[in-house]
Amino acid sequence: MDPLVRVEGLRITARKPTGEAAVLVDDVGFEIPKGEVLALIGESGSGKTTVALSLLGYARPGCRIESGRIVVDGIDVLSLDDEGRYGLRGRKVAYIAQSAAAAFNPMKPLMDQVIEAALIHGTATRAAAEAKAVALFADLALPDPGGIGRRYPHQVSGGQLQRLMAAMALITDPGLVVLDEPTTALDVTTQIEVLRAFRAVVRDRGATAVYVSHDLAVVAQMADRIVVLNGGRARESGTVDQVINHPRDEYTRRLVAAAAPQPRGEPRGAVETPLLEVRALVAGYGRLDRDGLPAARVLEDIDLTIARGAAVGVIGESGCGKTTLARVIAGLVPAARGDVRFDGQPLPTDLRHRSREQFRRIQIVFQNADTVLNPAHSIERILARPLAFYRGLRGEAARARIAQLLDLVKLPASVASRRPSELSGGQKQRVNLARALAADPDLILCDEVTSALDTVVGAAILDLLADLRRELGVSYLFISHDISTVRAVCDEVVVLYAGRKVDAGDRAAMGHPPFHPYADLLIASVPALRIGWLDALPRRLAASLPPVGEALDEGLCPFLPRCAVRRAGRCDTTPAPKQVLPGGREILCHVSLDELARIQSGGAA
Amino acid sequence: MPEPARGLPGALGRFRGSLPALVVQRVAVGLVTLVVVSAIIFAITSLLPGDAAQAILGQAATPEAVAALRAQYGLDQPGPLRYLHWLAGLATGDLGRSYTAGVPVADLIAGRLPKSLMLAATTAAVSVPIALTIGIVSAMMRGGPVDRALNLITLCMVAVPEFLVATIAVLVFAVKLGWLSALSNAMDIATPTQFVRAYAMPVFTLCFVIIAQMARMTRAAVIDQLSASYVEMALLKGARPARVALRHALPNAIGPIANAVALSVSYLLGGVVIVEAIFSYPGVATLMVDAVTNRDMPIVQGCAMIFCAGYLLLVLAADLIAIAANPRLRHR
Repeated sequence: MDPLVRVEGLRITARKPTGEAAVLVDDVGFEIPKGEVLALIGESGSGKTTVALSLLGYARPGCRIESGRIVVDGIDVLSLDDEGRYGLRGRKVAYIAQSAAAAFNPMKPLMDQVIEAALIHGTATRAAAEAKAVALFADLALPDPGGIGRRYPHQVSGGQLQRLMAAMALITDPGLVVLDEPTTALDVTTQIEVLRAFRAVVRDRGATAVYVSHDLAVVAQMADRIVVLNGGRARESGTVDQVINHPRDEYTRRLVAAAAPQPRGEPRGAVETPLLEVRALVAGYGRLDRDGLPAARVLEDIDLTIARGAAVGVIGESGCGKTTLARVIAGLVPAARGDVRFDGQPLPTDLRHRSREQFRRIQIVFQNADTVLNPAHSIERILARPLAFYRGLRGEAARARIAQLLDLVKLPASVASRRPSELSGGQKQRVNLARALAADPDLILCDEVTSALDTVVGAAILDLLADLRRELGVSYLFISHDISTVRAVCDEVVVLYAGRKVDAGDRAAMGHPPFHPYADLLIASVPALRIGWLDALPRRLAASLPPVGEALDEGLCPFLPRCAVRRAGRCDTTPAPKQVLPGGREILCHVSLDELARIQSGGAA
Repeated sequence: MPEPARGLPGALGRFRGSLPALVVQRVAVGLVTLVVVSAIIFAITSLLPGDAAQAILGQAATPEAVAALRAQYGLDQPGPLRYLHWLAGLATGDLGRSYTAGVPVADLIAGRLPKSLMLAATTAAVSVPIALTIGIVSAMMRGGPVDRALNLITLCMVAVPEFLVATIAVLVFAVKLGWLSALSNAMDIATPTQFVRAYAMPVFTLCFVIIAQMARMTRAAVIDQLSASYVEMALLKGARPARVALRHALPNAIGPIANAVALSVSYLLGGVVIVEAIFSYPGVATLMVDAVTNRDMPIVQGCAMIFCAGYLLLVLAADLIAIAANPRLRHR
């Protein structure tokens, strides 16, 4: 039987602003038999999205499909005229984009957008299409399948939008579905549900799919075959088992190695004078009420200690307050309650009351180096500013120090004269780190510093952070949504959920049960680089959770609505106690630690 | 109040009130602006050189006569007191009495305002559809020959001063061709033909100026949306370019477009002095210019307040349209 999709010798180029052509994709070819899922894996710039879009006969503005052949279901895609392409897109080949939040039109109700393709291609009447959409919503485990279509994109969550987009793609029963990093923007606990929903509908319908991702572990759950792309060329292709367990290509091996970060740096045992102490911190945004509490409280009763030279990781899903914690320490958000002490001295929570020395000693490194570095300034100028401001270094002395800093972050000295736009993402993040180091800080607040980077590049930044800590004795508050990253760099891990510290302990203790039920869910949700991992994972359905009364009191455990081990009569009536184990392990839960350990090691609840 | 959003500082925007609360707030801000503007207008007109009493009585008047007239108009009172009197009158719709004509300013303006509004409304009715079409078409064809041609034309239209357009229009259509009357003043409009003959040239001249502005801003707003992810998504669903532009990009560009239209139309209310003068059109702008010449401050102040109120109303309307069109602001 002929394969459904055949791509041969695909070459796609882009015209640079300077006029010369850049090759994005060169000589890529693959086949997909009907009913199989092919993964295109690679880092940003590998050309994976460009290849995926070409299956719809689409090239982004400025790009051009130069040569090659793409056949989908007997249609020669590249020889189609405009009308032919309109007929192909959304009918024969459907697309699921990475960021559902951006891919939905904010002005239109969801249902209109989900069934739009069916109406454009005339595959169904409006009523029939709506009925089909509702059935798809139910298949995708969306809440309120009958009513969710009347909502607007801003009224549903990111994970729901991503599933709605799957319904949008499947509404015309296309022969081929292209999924472009469909879960990358989601929290890890949400990702599981979306992956499950995707796989169920893909399997049930026997759909043929192209799954674009940078994450080998996710691909291992979804795909039958893998094509590894790097620099626009196919490096290796084969079954999932071949590529993951027996990679032949050097680049694939690096990709596999980076998927499982190894611990870096030795944990510090001795308790020294704490560098930073946060006690009973409450903070948030919005207008202050009569008691001086903000309208939207983001952090509740947070305790945190960072020893000199230690690295403390803070993890949690988006909106849990981890960035706010860094902003309070940096002085960007005032604390409503509690205090922050730095090196034994109280730290004013308002920036204006901090001394220049206090500024100097706490530096922050943001996630996105692209927006943090001024594009109009040279790297030298970017680094010279903090040197002049904090250290009074100018002229030759400043130049010498800039060379040292660049060396410290392992960048060549020639970078100094360049502008941020001339550097790669990893290089920019190194400059961003060097800018913080220019102040000779004692504490660096790292806010998702590797999240915007590719796995291999991010792993190199983690190595650099470990080296800097060993060489300079600097401390880190390391914020991330990725528990494997945090466990790789940090001595201690703090888990935040809905603004509360639910679990904390050192790296060794965080490696085995007992965990707070949320930490357990978080750890269990990280995809493992193992075929069949998703199938083996027990399902957690809201309906199967132990019944509890309606929680009304404010101080109750925030994880109660999602908790699998909750106890009626306790969890829904009394705030959870903080249980402390020897060695500093803290868990905020009603269930005894022995019992948690027993359940989480595989025993029955 | 909506549930306060947790977490992001970006969620701060959601703390604003509901839609009616928003309208009340905007109207209140508009009223405060009007009061501030009234103070500024009053202060500036008081600073203008010359004296109404002297201007009315002429150079030969005795100082006693001038003083008597000043007392009659209340001009001998201190400035702040006169301002408060005027403000109190304003609140009840009394704009004062014209120094030169001796009739209430409100009556004078009431005679002219409908004509000005008619001119503005006709111009808007003609220019807005044309401008939006030009803007949307050139946005859809951006970079292509049609876009470049439209760009060049609109740029030329912006660059040519309106008095030149008006003068050339008079020369061509009234003097050479004789199709239209150079004056639209004396017309007694009863039939549609008469209406067209009276309004054709002033409207043509005004359209010339504002179409270009609106078209360029519409183009920018639509192009901004056409680069959004949801537009690419719509294309990948098989939507044709016209559907993408009209059904997807345009609704998202309504806010900026409404603001561009409001700014252009508010210009029609007050900024049409030259056009009114050339065509001897009896609008509010000419009334105000004549009043400045005669030092007839109550009329100047009244007209300025009308222009300002009109401007605020249009901007408020544009804001409300933008809010009503946006489900994120509409559904809270």
